[in-house]
Amino acid sequence: MDKMFTLWVYLQTTPLLGLAATLLAWQGAVWLGPKLGSGPLTNPMLLAVLVLSSVLLLTGTPYAAYFQGAQYVHFLLGPATVALALPMYANVKRIRASARAIVPALLAGSVVATLSAMLIARALGASRVVVLSLAPKSVTTPIAMGIAEQIGGQPSLAAVFVLLTGLSAVVMIGPAMKLARIVDRRAQGLASGMAGHGLGTAHMLALSETAGAFGGLAIGCNGVITAMLVPLLASLIVSR
Amino acid sequence: MLNALTILVLCQFAGEVTARSVSLPLPGPVVGLVLLLVWLLARRRAPGAELRQVSGWLLGHFGLLFVPAGVGVITQLDVIEANWLPLLVAIPVSTLLGLLVTGWVMQRLAGPEGDG
Repeated sequence: MDKMFTLWVYLQTTPLLGLAATLLAWQGAVWLGPKLGSGPLTNPMLLAVLVLSSVLLLTGTPYAAYFQGAQYVHFLLGPATVALALPMYANVKRIRASARAIVPALLAGSVVATLSAMLIARALGASRVVVLSLAPKSVTTPIAMGIAEQIGGQPSLAAVFVLLTGLSAVVMIGPAMKLARIVDRRAQGLASGMAGHGLGTAHMLALSETAGAFGGLAIGCNGVITAMLVPLLASLIVSR
Repeated sequence: MLNALTILVLCQFAGEVTARSVSLPLPGPVVGLVLLLVWLLARRRAPGAELRQVSGWLLGHFGLLFVPAGVGVITQLDVIEANWLPLLVAIPVSTLLGLLVTGWVMQRLAGPEGDG
């Protein structure tokens, strides 16, 4: 027993435990998710986050100790963001063909999503750091965290909001598109990537390849557009 | 594998350096994305199989890469508890508005769908 305890103490000080737990939780979630049905709560990312958070809280492990190992997975978000250039390159002809529609659509969507999130939160009495961390919530996580940090929000809070936003998009996109009679697959895809980043796009990709391609495009473009817009919008809404 | 990872990391690095030296309001990896895209377009040659493979692998496991940041929720439980109502309303409503506005404008302006 004493030996086990020494081993546990040792493992807690190495990055190995956090890394192994992250990979294991992910594999488990990918395996378990489809067996639970098809709702948003079967999303492997959400499942893995729920399991790992519970384990950390139950064992009293501080997040910093976990992150010591998990940072190796986290780091890959940077190269993965750069890798978004490839789907954009693959669709460059389609994008050029509808560029005049894409830019206004993304601009309008980004302004509306950002402003409405910040204004609603402020009107309902959210704290300043919450309002600022909500601003980049439609953008893919690495970009959102960067933007949040820059404008005085809290990166880890922003990451949580991004996750919740993606899940909302997955739940709502079907009924919303039907209700508004948006039948164009390019429009549906662009909307999923704009409002629901990777989670929304992955959901649409399963339904239509065209929608998936425009979703990927929207993730990249929206990241750039929002990164430029948000500091401006944030300074309008939240006085420094 | 190593080649492709080197390209991606170098683009991120160049993006980080560019963003900070000219104080662009963009995160380094986003500038890296733009740099890689410009490079691919300027080369006028399809990206190699290796780069496509590694990128596909990274993007195919995008969800895993979000997990460590997502677990960070446990450091923010008090903030979320104190702001649960604004969050419960602001996140779904703004997401719905974003979906509708983007989809609607795109459908109005994009012209017939065709085979593209």
